[in-house]
Amino acid sequence: MSRVHDMGGRFGDGAIDPNPGEPVFKEDWHGRALAVTLACGALGQWNIDVSRHARECLSPKDYARFSYYEKWLAGLADLLEATGVVTREELAGGPVASSDLTDRKMLAEKVAGVLAAGGPANRDGRAPRFAIGDRVRTRVRSANAFVAGGHTRLPSYATGVTGEVVLRHGAHVLPDAAAHGLGERPEPLYTVVFDAGDLWGAPERAGDEVTCDLWESYLEAAS
Amino acid sequence: MGLQYAGKLAHLFAMPHDFDDPDHAHSVLPPDPALRVKALETLLERKGLIDPAALDEIIDTYAHRVGPQNGAAVVARAWDEPEFAEALKQDATAAVRDMGFYGRQGEHIVAVFNTPGQHNMVVCTLCSCYPWPLLGIPPSWFKSDAYRSRAVREPRKVLAEFGVKLADDTKVRVWDSTAEIRYLVIPERPEGTEGWSQEQLAKAVTRDSMVGTDVLGAQS
Repeated sequence: MSRVHDMGGRFGDGAIDPNPGEPVFKEDWHGRALAVTLACGALGQWNIDVSRHARECLSPKDYARFSYYEKWLAGLADLLEATGVVTREELAGGPVASSDLTDRKMLAEKVAGVLAAGGPANRDGRAPRFAIGDRVRTRVRSANAFVAGGHTRLPSYATGVTGEVVLRHGAHVLPDAAAHGLGERPEPLYTVVFDAGDLWGAPERAGDEVTCDLWESYLEAAS
Repeated sequence: MGLQYAGKLAHLFAMPHDFDDPDHAHSVLPPDPALRVKALETLLERKGLIDPAALDEIIDTYAHRVGPQNGAAVVARAWDEPEFAEALKQDATAAVRDMGFYGRQGEHIVAVFNTPGQHNMVVCTLCSCYPWPLLGIPPSWFKSDAYRSRAVREPRKVLAEFGVKLADDTKVRVWDSTAEIRYLVIPERPEGTEGWSQEQLAKAVTRDSMVGTDVLGAQS
């Protein structure tokens, strides 16, 4: 049921290296990988939820051994093939066929505008069912309700837990649907705060808190 | 973005090589990552789908123009102008947009203010969501498995690895960015900065303090 990317709360990852002074792109190819990925996104063949799901679908072995930008590259190659933008034979170095998407190529002079425009996720949608201060309980499983093994944004550590609504963000595109070609199905989005003791049993310090941003269908009313 | 993709994406279910295929398409690329990028870039350029000059422009944007200096300007202004701090609390997206900070991975901003009673810290356990227009591209530690897995469960041990020790009566609230909301931590204004200009104040703001893994000490 779970996928390898859903690692919140996991044990065994060791210490963090804050590495002050690290350059933005440690290797030249890091910047290149980022840029190729953004440029391909501009071809309009997928949305951000599809691209996140492609990275999450890397095998656990690849996900663990790949660095951040290697995950991006692998997800990108898989997406390019799945959407028919390139073929596996082309990826493997075979003959290159022409594309019918060339008019969508992002030109240098368009870059600033595309990056500045962004891609907002808020939409017109139904009124929220919950109010600030309401107690809500999360789904007991972190699972996509439409597709087995599909994309979802409820972390496993926050399943079946009761928390309190602290922010409301209007209606946002539902990733569980948008990652799978099922439309945007916008739903009210909330920030829900959980007590660390309710999440972990024995928290590092009583009274500390964790919030998650959760769509309405992930939640039910709690008392 | 929108519904026009629905029909196009629906065919992903029926693709002969879906994402769960153990024999992923990426496996045919060269093993060395630098060569892998080069192979992809060359193929896409030959197909007429990417412009190498556009790639240079994207890299230059995030290497030199968009970075933590943007977030620092927001923090400095919030310290200096109470009415701006209030606007940030009410609608941070609009408040930072007025300063020219908007765009990819910064479409929905929430500013969270540290107080003596509450320290805020930001993570993305599911991927590496980060407020690009305000802080640029995330550092390696933010994207590391160690930070993603541990920040929600043991934030104080994580903070200790950054050299930060909080008072026992300060609560930690960790914000896990699981949607398209991007969080900016507004650190407490350090002592010794009375009368400073916003330019001076901005220089005292560290990137990590705006993610919540640094606390700004007294300035001299």
